[in-house]
Amino acid sequence: MRRHLVSGIALATLAFLYLPMLAVGIYSVNRAKYGMVWQGFTLDWYSKLLQNQDIMEAARNTLFLAVVSTLIATVLGTMLAIALERYPWGKRAQNFFSTVLYLPVVTPDIILAASLVVGFSLVRAAFSGFELGMPSMIIGHVTFQVAFVTLVVQGRMKVFSRDLEEAARDLYASNADVLRRVLLPLLAPGIVSGAMLAFTLSLDDFVISFFTAGPTSTTLPLFIYASVRRGVTPEIHALSTLVFLVTVILVLFAERLSRRKSQ
Amino acid sequence: MKNVLVWYGELTSAGSLRRRGMVFLLPALLWLLGFLVLPGLVLIVVSFAERGTYGDIVWNFSPENYKRALGFGLFGWSPDYLLILWRSVLVAGVTSLCSVLLAYPLAFFIATRPERTRYLWLTLVIIPFWTNLVIRTYAWFLLLAPESPFVKLLAALHLVTPGDALYPSAFAVYLGMVSAFLPFVVLPLYSSVERLNWNLVEAAQDLYAHPVRVFMQGILPQTLPGLTVGVILTFIPAMGMFVVPDLLGGAKYLLVGNLIQQQFGASRDWPFAAAIALGLMLLTLVALRIYRTRATEVDLV
Repeated sequence: MRRHLVSGIALATLAFLYLPMLAVGIYSVNRAKYGMVWQGFTLDWYSKLLQNQDIMEAARNTLFLAVVSTLIATVLGTMLAIALERYPWGKRAQNFFSTVLYLPVVTPDIILAASLVVGFSLVRAAFSGFELGMPSMIIGHVTFQVAFVTLVVQGRMKVFSRDLEEAARDLYASNADVLRRVLLPLLAPGIVSGAMLAFTLSLDDFVISFFTAGPTSTTLPLFIYASVRRGVTPEIHALSTLVFLVTVILVLFAERLSRRKSQ
Repeated sequence: MKNVLVWYGELTSAGSLRRRGMVFLLPALLWLLGFLVLPGLVLIVVSFAERGTYGDIVWNFSPENYKRALGFGLFGWSPDYLLILWRSVLVAGVTSLCSVLLAYPLAFFIATRPERTRYLWLTLVIIPFWTNLVIRTYAWFLLLAPESPFVKLLAALHLVTPGDALYPSAFAVYLGMVSAFLPFVVLPLYSSVERLNWNLVEAAQDLYAHPVRVFMQGILPQTLPGLTVGVILTFIPAMGMFVVPDLLGGAKYLLVGNLIQQQFGASRDWPFAAAIALGLMLLTLVALRIYRTRATEVDLV
């Protein structure tokens, strides 16, 4: 009896999480332009979407931002994880590193965004050529992504022992060889899941982008936000549904990856 | 030769080891110092500055902004900003509480599924976790609009006036907040529930403990690490949240996040915005300490 109650609440909670998205999906294929009365199935809004230059531009910006920031964050984060796990640092240095590392994880993103805006504006006052736009967005995204990549790769490093690296050393492998032939291949799954995490974080981000974007670097979340404030259209529903589907695919892919890793 | 040491099979010296470590450490550390720590320090300095006539920053240092945030304005004391702060804490608290109440059944439900389907259920929680918040928030418009079946049902029950939308309202903000943060509680909580020692729970049940007592003494202590992480991951970002109240709350339901954004945007009072942001940061640092002592036993998916 109690078990049924728990299951009932759990399923209702899941429905609560998915109902809004389901509604968006339904209205994205509804023929009605205004109002919410069902007027039959159509894919017109999706084809209109592909012809909308602003949306395509925003999609390109989003993807570019996510790819570039993820690449930078993955390299920096992986290096940091190796530094923290494989080299001896004093206790106080370790504490300092982990504080700096956890700071962007728990700080509300609006604070991070606020400090970046103020920082950037001072840079702009000093060098007149610097304007907010794609570079400042990339900097903002990398700054919160690095910590997540580092934490994921560190987690992976804690799983396997250093025996293989020691064995490689015994067989006269150089530093570069140990890194390239032993450590990096062992870390690869961790690096990939860290990168995927960073990529999704970048696609998801609204606040940092909102504060650091320039006039020509609108991303999809920014575009959706601006359109929603003007009034929702079926095109926006179609766009949101597509973004949601991409998220689902990314999550499923990441899940498969992490399950293979743990087997 | 006293510096020579063997470091995991490698004959090296402390100096060379540290140099090599620095190569790996420095790029990321400099990045974080330059774009995280330094702007943070700048924010502290700016928070003591003054707003110029045209929204620029005038470098006259005084604690004026902090006084203003506490309500001491030009025209005597008024609780406006304190009210916003209190409302943010309240919304964050209620959001955390509701999320926890809903998260327990869900975490137990997933943990008691057969091994094969458990990942599937877990994925169902992870997907909203990663779905863009702007989309998930505006999606509530559709369910809260006057034409939606849900609102029509409420109207038929005379709970709302027919033809009224349920947003913007405090209720809509809570709905949006709970649905935004629920996965943040469920996921860490699940990782605690998964390794729960059921013997203790069964023992309590065998001894005819009241269900409340079974929960308080058998389940709660065991799931406390996950619960703490979940609450912190909810409470802190919820206080700084600005998308949900902005879209679902309307102008009357401002939270600290909206206040900061407003000062950056329309009001262009950056020093004041900096002071409020730092007030929020102070609370975050307190939470970080708690997090660091508790989070060691929990892994986030």
